[in-house]
Amino acid sequence: MEPPERPAAHRAAFAPWDDPAARPLVVYDGVTKRFGAETAVVDLSLAVYEREFFALLGPSGCGKSTLMRMLAGFESPSEGRVLLAGEDLAGVPPHLRPVNMMFQSYALFPHMSVETNIAFGLAMEGRPRDEIGARVGEALRMVKLDGLAGRKPHQLSGGQRQRVALARALVKRPKVLLLDEPLGALDRKLREETQFELMALQERLGLTFIIVTHDQDEAMTMATRIAVMDKGRLAQIGTPRAIYEAPTTRYVADFIGDINLVEGKVTGAEGSRVSVMTALGDMVVAEASEPVSVGQAVAVAWRPEKTRLVRAGETGPAGSVMLTGTIADIGYLGDWSTYHVDIGGLRLKAALANAVRRAEDAVDWGDPVRLAVAPEALILLVR
Amino acid sequence: MSERATRRTIILVPYLWLALFFLVPFAIVAKMSLSQVATAIPPYTPVFGLEDGPAVWLAKARELSLDNYAVLAGDRLYIDAFLSSLRIALIGTAILLLIGYPMAHAMARAPERWRAVLVMAVILPFWTSFLIRVYAWIGILKPEGLLNELLIGAPLAIANTETAVIIGVVYSYLPFMVLPLYAALERMDRTLLEAAADLGCPPWLAFWRITVPLSLPGIVAGCFLCFIPITGEVVIPDLLGGSDTLMIGKTLWTEFFSNRDWPVASAVAVVLLVILVGPIMVYQRHQGRQLEAGR
Amino acid sequence: MMSPRSRYLDATALTLGFAFLYLPIVILVIFSFNASQLVTVWGGFSTRWYAGLWQNRQLMDAAWMTLKVATLSALLATVIGTLAALALTRYARFRGRTLFSGLVYAPIVMPEVITGLSLLLLFVSLGLERGFWTVTVAHATFTCGFVAVVVQSRLVTFDRSLEEAAADLGAKPWQVFTHVTLPIIAPAVIAGFLLAFTLSLDDLVIASFTTGPGATTLPMRVYSQVRLGVTPEINAISTLMIAAVTVLVIAASLATKRGAARG
Repeated sequence: MEPPERPAAHRAAFAPWDDPAARPLVVYDGVTKRFGAETAVVDLSLAVYEREFFALLGPSGCGKSTLMRMLAGFESPSEGRVLLAGEDLAGVPPHLRPVNMMFQSYALFPHMSVETNIAFGLAMEGRPRDEIGARVGEALRMVKLDGLAGRKPHQLSGGQRQRVALARALVKRPKVLLLDEPLGALDRKLREETQFELMALQERLGLTFIIVTHDQDEAMTMATRIAVMDKGRLAQIGTPRAIYEAPTTRYVADFIGDINLVEGKVTGAEGSRVSVMTALGDMVVAEASEPVSVGQAVAVAWRPEKTRLVRAGETGPAGSVMLTGTIADIGYLGDWSTYHVDIGGLRLKAALANAVRRAEDAVDWGDPVRLAVAPEALILLVR
Repeated sequence: MSERATRRTIILVPYLWLALFFLVPFAIVAKMSLSQVATAIPPYTPVFGLEDGPAVWLAKARELSLDNYAVLAGDRLYIDAFLSSLRIALIGTAILLLIGYPMAHAMARAPERWRAVLVMAVILPFWTSFLIRVYAWIGILKPEGLLNELLIGAPLAIANTETAVIIGVVYSYLPFMVLPLYAALERMDRTLLEAAADLGCPPWLAFWRITVPLSLPGIVAGCFLCFIPITGEVVIPDLLGGSDTLMIGKTLWTEFFSNRDWPVASAVAVVLLVILVGPIMVYQRHQGRQLEAGR
Repeated sequence: MMSPRSRYLDATALTLGFAFLYLPIVILVIFSFNASQLVTVWGGFSTRWYAGLWQNRQLMDAAWMTLKVATLSALLATVIGTLAALALTRYARFRGRTLFSGLVYAPIVMPEVITGLSLLLLFVSLGLERGFWTVTVAHATFTCGFVAVVVQSRLVTFDRSLEEAAADLGAKPWQVFTHVTLPIIAPAVIAGFLLAFTLSLDDLVIASFTTGPGATTLPMRVYSQVRLGVTPEINAISTLMIAAVTVLVIAASLATKRGAARG
């Protein structure tokens, strides 16, 4: 898994969540949602700020959709409050909430044309005819569907339908746009294109987006912040980089990207430097995110692409953890290759860029190899 | 069996059966409607025989005439019967839609585990005898019947009126209205209503803008499935209607069984068929499209 | 997301609707146990009307005749209707297909007086003696369209790749049909048969036209008595018929539910 390439410059300054004076736009305050005997969301609190592109990420059934539906008004919390711009939404029916949703199935009205679908929300607001016409035209141009205004939904391709759904929600200029698995039905190439279009659109319109997805690539690419959910609870919330580089739990580390994970016991702690005794020998973690005590059970983790392959005769970088094993499997992905290496009864992964077109000295199945992992690359996981 | 032979069998068996027993008889009815009643067995002339030969057939064919249609056109009784049949069918279908739609709508929105039971509950009376269900209403509506026992002060004279016929029609045909409506409403994607609400549409308006248009196929099927047979209804007007409640099916029945006038009965059937052929074709097209579109 | 108000409306619609459907039947059943001859006055519980039924030779004969006609005509209708459904779903174009689909669906809505009269005239023209066979053929004709619709609705959702898979695994066409197609559409075929069966049991008009001496069906008998007025004895027959149908329907729904679970 490649670390996300985010155009660092243009979002660098945007971090309202670090600003104590910033007022959040959407607040979930101790929200619990029960369906009969099942609890979908457990005592969850969360704040989303204006102009954020916020992702709710998790496997199916983790409660992320329920969370979104409570904001749209299709479900009401069993306990706790949902606030929009400081106002409690309890008792406000969906049709009176200033948020709009793009449905996973798109939910386009099959008996209406593209144009009528997009105009529907404005007609409900009782807007004058020419304003509706102008705004619908603008929305159609925005999603590049100018020529298809008269078509019915069943005459459109999947990608076109997705655009109509987006235009229909955006034309209302909602305070928050909710996107429920918006790209799930598109093929890979179209999905990637659309991701960047959505980001550009959000940037340009200055809107707040909340997206529900189970696709980590999607969340990593688009979101300003990601909330990783696990069985109705918040596992971690942070920027894509923080979630990827500094996961705080085994669940998050494992859910986002590939990871090598070794269980161990703390043998010494000195400031943020922690030594851990593992099945693969002693490892020193340079930057532990939280204080630990000697003897505590922890896990040491690192990303496959943070591994270096050290060939025979070479010496590894000073201070790195050196691991010796044999290549069990190689997955060639074109730009990258993933090596599965058997070391001390464990199977670890190393991902290396194929920087040279024809690698003369490529390693092969069964070759003995040494892997080097820098202490800065090691992550200490307590939970 | 070869592919070709299989194909031929699958198509030809039902085709020939229906052509022989459903299509050809209409031609015979048409021919009969041009014949004259006679006191004989069979009770009409001319009778074409295989042994006659072409010359005799031609001579007999000259005896055919439009007299029976002239009788129908000239007698208020028949015209009134046709008109009141159409009126009863129209009013009945409208009431059926008004009662059936809320029921079907409620059924489609019921929790999933209840839906099969509710559908069964709608079908069940339909599986019991039609005759018995109509009969049950005689006991309720007649002057000394249950309804008037309950309304001691102000007895209603419903029995033997057009109102009674309409009640009977609505009662008997309710499942035929509810089931197609339910089928259309049940397969409607519920997120469409969420989408409407999300776009600012209050529930009552979403009902008119989304639910009703999307259930239109069910409305069409239900209305035709009720309207067409009600127009030709015999038993309900006979049992629940009075002597002044005319319906064309009953008139045909009387002509045939009481007056033994087969030619006039046939002429009535032909006219009825001509009136209904439009609706029948609409229904038939609609049904075919619905089924072939994979529903 | 349903509001309490719409819940209330739904409950009202269902309560009133089902009350309308069932109250007349319930009243009829109750009065079949009335000791009094007067239909509207309760004279205590009695089963004497039922006892009287078994002595009624004519009724028993008619009931037996009706069952025979219904069974045989439903079998015929099932074969014809299933073939028609196959023809309409499997063969997109053949000569006269439009006419054919018209012939399949039209009998469903055709007023019974028209169907009855036209079939009678056909039988007379053909010089056939009217009786058990003519009624059976008439019933098979007007019910096969219902079977076709029921089977067709199952066939259109049928995954043709199942048949291709069977053929790919070496099944001959008839083996594909008996081992794959038929088992999968069986619930619909059974449902179609039951529908045809009850339609036949229930029919008065077409039977009246197409029958002959010695082939009087139960609805015809009941009708001739009903026209004379309401009697507790008819309530008793009706109750028995309702009970029989209820048992049959519940048994059938259990059978098809098991079939659907398997298929």
